[in-house]
Amino acid sequence: MLAPAIEVKQLIKRYPTAAAVDGISFAVARGVIAALLGGNGAGKTTTLSILLGLLLPTAGTVRVLGEDILRHRYRVLPRMNFSSPFVDLPHRLTVRQNLLIYARLYGLRHRRERIEALASDLQIGAFLDRPAGKLSAGQKTRVALAKSLLNEPELLLLDEPTASLDPDTGDWVRSYLETWQARTRATILMASHNMAEVERMCSDVLMMKTGKIVDRGSPKALISRYGRANLEEVFLHIVRKPEPELEPVS
Amino acid sequence: MNRNGYGETGWSIGRIWAMLLRYLYLLRSSWPRSLELIYWPTLQMLIWGFMSQFLYVNSNYVFRAFGVLLAAVMLWDVLFRGQLGLSISFLEEMWARNLGHLFVTPLRPYEWVASLLAMSLIRVLIGMVPAALLAIVLYHYSIFSLGLPLIAFFAVLLVMGWALGLAICGMILRHGMGAESLAWLAVFTLSPISAVYYPVSILPGWLQYVAWMLPSTYVFEGMRTLLFQKVFRGDYLLTATALDIVLLVLGTGVFFLAFRGARQRGALLQMGE
Repeated sequence: MLAPAIEVKQLIKRYPTAAAVDGISFAVARGVIAALLGGNGAGKTTTLSILLGLLLPTAGTVRVLGEDILRHRYRVLPRMNFSSPFVDLPHRLTVRQNLLIYARLYGLRHRRERIEALASDLQIGAFLDRPAGKLSAGQKTRVALAKSLLNEPELLLLDEPTASLDPDTGDWVRSYLETWQARTRATILMASHNMAEVERMCSDVLMMKTGKIVDRGSPKALISRYGRANLEEVFLHIVRKPEPELEPVS
Repeated sequence: MNRNGYGETGWSIGRIWAMLLRYLYLLRSSWPRSLELIYWPTLQMLIWGFMSQFLYVNSNYVFRAFGVLLAAVMLWDVLFRGQLGLSISFLEEMWARNLGHLFVTPLRPYEWVASLLAMSLIRVLIGMVPAALLAIVLYHYSIFSLGLPLIAFFAVLLVMGWALGLAICGMILRHGMGAESLAWLAVFTLSPISAVYYPVSILPGWLQYVAWMLPSTYVFEGMRTLLFQKVFRGDYLLTATALDIVLLVLGTGVFFLAFRGARQRGALLQMGE
């Protein structure tokens, strides 16, 4: 039996002034779309950064695709990828140049064919030879997605995948990701503030608050548990509720 | 091995080449930047070339070896451009806030460093070769007349530039972009005590001790000995190489400690302008 895509135990990230992640434990099964949900400063980006190996935790264990990310980071990095609208690709290079460099970094053999295929899929062919800095927000998001799918990742981490996109482009990106995930059976873990997006795409939601996981379940289960109309109301209830009333779950 | 045929290997020439290609694309994307690489060494060479022509008839020092100032200015540029070339490529990633992208790929930090070193060498050659050729045309002075020792001088100064560059990049990783100006300023602190244009004996006694701790001092003293006395000081080369190794170990240590510190602070994802 395959290990979970992500397995986190007693993860702590403490800074001199505060704990950004405070002893969380969770697992994400393979082949699902899961979400980390929480307000600003809840610890979502910190958790994603640790899963990517960009940030070293203070304590705890993290296994990604069956490997200990702290000890065998380079075994697993070729099998995962990351996309965030807050981290642009270098502006002065063209989209094609950027993608070619990342394709080389991932050791892809048929780089040009892979880029052409992704360009066609994600409709970025028209601006492959334009500098990445001269793209619109929607175009940048699609290019960032192309970069994150270059290596056909088994695990895709997304930080606010549709932030700053108009509703039409946001819907297009969500549909693309759903289709891609259904086709590849890859695992997606996203950090998001967009409740409708999470409700639509995710089968598993981890609610974070002040560095802890305070609840977990499918969107339907959470909505029913809190007796609310939608996930946004659940989110507001959790974020606004005084902390002692929320028991961390593991 | 994964489905892309990638195992957990050590070094990968492919990844180093990918990073080098990135810096070459960047260089190609802006002709003013490419021109700047040639502009400053050429300008320096022109100024010191005319100065040498003037001093040749007015100074016994330059009369004894016309190329002493021209060779010095060109060799100094190897050190300066070697350090700056490395630091600029590093800063390109900081300005682009690209570290978060790079280090979620299988790229190892030491492969990145290897690409920075290679790019530094390329930048030095782009700057130096036209200036050296122009000196032949304008002043009938060829730095290549130094012969094989030129290769040794070049290598010692380049490695010293790399060591300084790595330490400066480490400081920027540690202290953020506020330390960016170190990339342009730090090496000039060493210029007066490296005895680039004058013998080290000119310096005050206590400063001479400091000067002899720098590999660059041995290169410039060695260069003058070669030009004036036609003698190659092998002992200078050995000492300079040993000091280079010490500096390189220190520079690399500072860089990798700072890199680890950046991973502990979560700075790789946030660092930039």
